[in-house]
Amino acid sequence: MTAVLELDHVSKRFGGLQAVRDLSFTVREGEILGLIGPNGAGKSTLFNLINGVYAPNSGRIAFYGIDITGAKPHVIARHGLARTHQIVQPLINMTVLENCAVGGCFGRENLPLSLAHQAAREAIAVAGLEDRMETLALHLTIAAKKRLELARALAAQPKLLLLDEVLAGLNPTEVEHMIGVIRRIRDRGVTILIIEHLMQAIMSLSDRIVVLNFGEKLAEGLPAEVAAHPQVVEAYLGDPKLAAELEGNA
Amino acid sequence: MADVVLEIDALEAGYGEVQVLWGLSLRARRGELTAIVGANGAGKTTTLRAVAGTIAPWRGRVMFENKDVTRLPTHQKAARGFALVPEGRQLFSAMSVAENLELGAFSKRAPRSYADRLGQVFTLFPRLAERRQQRAGTLSGGEQQMVAIARGLMSDPDILVIDELSLGLAPVVVYQLLTTLKRLKDAGLTIILVEQNVHLALALSDYAYVIAEGRVFTEGVPKELAAKPEIRKAYLGL
Amino acid sequence: MVRRPFFWIIALVVAVFALVPAIGNDVELRESLALAAVYITLASNLNLMLGYAGYINFGSIVFFGLGGYICIWLVDANGWSLALSLLGAGIGVSALSLVFGFGILRLRGPFFALSTIGIVEGVQAFAENFGPWGGSSGIYISPQVFLPLGGAARALWLIYFMLVAAMAASLYLSYAIKVSKFGLGLIAIGQNEDAAAILGVPTSRYKALAYSASAFLPAITGGLYFFKGAFIQPSDAFDLTLSTEAIVICMLGGQGTVTGVALGAYLYEELRGYLLTTATFSNFQLVIAGALLLIIVLFFPSGLMGWIYSRFPRMKRVLE
Repeated sequence: MTAVLELDHVSKRFGGLQAVRDLSFTVREGEILGLIGPNGAGKSTLFNLINGVYAPNSGRIAFYGIDITGAKPHVIARHGLARTHQIVQPLINMTVLENCAVGGCFGRENLPLSLAHQAAREAIAVAGLEDRMETLALHLTIAAKKRLELARALAAQPKLLLLDEVLAGLNPTEVEHMIGVIRRIRDRGVTILIIEHLMQAIMSLSDRIVVLNFGEKLAEGLPAEVAAHPQVVEAYLGDPKLAAELEGNA
Repeated sequence: MADVVLEIDALEAGYGEVQVLWGLSLRARRGELTAIVGANGAGKTTTLRAVAGTIAPWRGRVMFENKDVTRLPTHQKAARGFALVPEGRQLFSAMSVAENLELGAFSKRAPRSYADRLGQVFTLFPRLAERRQQRAGTLSGGEQQMVAIARGLMSDPDILVIDELSLGLAPVVVYQLLTTLKRLKDAGLTIILVEQNVHLALALSDYAYVIAEGRVFTEGVPKELAAKPEIRKAYLGL
Repeated sequence: MVRRPFFWIIALVVAVFALVPAIGNDVELRESLALAAVYITLASNLNLMLGYAGYINFGSIVFFGLGGYICIWLVDANGWSLALSLLGAGIGVSALSLVFGFGILRLRGPFFALSTIGIVEGVQAFAENFGPWGGSSGIYISPQVFLPLGGAARALWLIYFMLVAAMAASLYLSYAIKVSKFGLGLIAIGQNEDAAAILGVPTSRYKALAYSASAFLPAITGGLYFFKGAFIQPSDAFDLTLSTEAIVICMLGGQGTVTGVALGAYLYEELRGYLLTTATFSNFQLVIAGALLLIIVLFFPSGLMGWIYSRFPRMKRVLE
């Protein structure tokens, strides 16, 4: 069981706010690991720590055993880690193909332009955007932009893909389609770490789940285990003791 | 069965290109406390914003006292008897408690009964009476929430809509506020409460809607709802 | 690249520039085209930062002026040949730009733009106080320097052809970059620098390379320009007007395109020439430039080429 990503006691604070606190977990090769937690739990911050946008205050992050703690984003991309963003970041005045070519050129394989275009085409096919290859990113619908974000990350031929709320804002049909795309990506051998608010989707997609609350790990395990975990339920549904007090005095 | 004060019908709304509500329908009945619960990102605050008019609904209708108010601007909704207590209080922190309350009575309805309303509000929240000249920004969290609710009441509303009452407040403070709300409800005020804590919401409400992914996932009378696994499913997917 | 039609379009333009004045021995035309070539060179190189990477360099004049100073100083004070002095100027300014870049390329948007002006001011102040460079009086070169080139008249033709060569190199450079992986990375930086970094583009390195590359040919052109006039002084060498005009040209023609910038440069130079000779407008040249810039930014942000591409989309396959 190869460890693709290892987080070892990672912490990050912004001024007075402890965003991530002493977090440790491992992502295993070939799995889809889901990251859930109530809003503000530190999930997006964690992604930013993993892919180098921020450096942690303490702790260690390793990718296939290589220490990437605090490394620059483009270096981490070269190691084979790609990510999508919660608020999509298309290269607006470039076509779908050009966007994905950037991913191919500067990703893990560091391909020359012609091979990058090939990788781009393959990724575009997986994401189902073939009919819009020459369209400017500017003119895409939100659903298509999300697919572009995904295709572009794929074109980099990553070993680990970080998906940040890739299903947000999509209608049920689009959600179904995206879930299919994600499964296809995993079948191609890419390990996936996914943040998602659409709980049914992430629970059905993920092999394992890690729950964060206030920047700390609350629980880890199979989806069914985690969903039944009393502390997790309390984190989402609230403290039952509050209500008991009220009812007792009503 | 009490008549319907506020009805939302197949509401669709969002921000920019991102759609959040995918056809939401619910009803608030007169003299009842209707709770709206759901996980973060499910669309609770978006629903309230669309109802208040802060964001324009994309599709669907909002009916208030049987009149279509879907496109009515926010300030006119206040004039019609709709009071919103927003998430995070959003007081005028540089102004005094009294000034904040005065602004709550800004709409056309209020001046007639201003003095009465002020008196009632101070009876309801004696702590505010003591601190009427104090700058709102210097009050404690619980006191600020009191001001927010009181400000809503100053417009003499037919319906009071509260977004996230318990957020950031100590349990004992929440308990006090909820007791006050219960009194208001018993006195005939229609209340919609959006609340993170499911147990609180169910303990207090006459009817509850559980929202997930921009739609009503399940609804019902609290006693029945509390037993259903649907609530956990709405929050946790399983 | 040689197989693509655009390569030959550039070649044709260069041929026209080189041959037409020469055939008729038309000195007046030559001088007019020389100025056009200078504008085209400056704008094309500026385009690497402005149009591709999205960094607005208000101070691109510093490459031109410094190139002029280094070249003239090497020829006059050190007796180097023109060719070597030009090369020295080009390499020297490129190297210096790496130093400047190290300081300012970490800045974004308006802060970067302002800092480039700061560099011009700083270098001008230096030139005004640097003895060996004649301080604020500048350097006059003695006519002797034209002798090894075969006399003044012949030298002027030689210089002209070298200016055209620099222009050709600039056009080919910006074309080659645009169709390369390096260019793709630069354009990605121009679209969204943070996203580009996350995709693996080595942003710091690429920006430094582009900035340094954009200095080389303007430095050589500066050397040629001031050598031709046999005189250089700080107020001419570091006149911000020229770099502002270069920005207008890029925007007018269509930033990020090779054709547009060249076309814009030519059109602008003609317009400017016309305005300078009419009594009414001769002092309003910069006002016109400013007004043009405003109109372009507000109504035609994609410039001339943007308009052409929207009317004739097929041109996109041929032109760059």
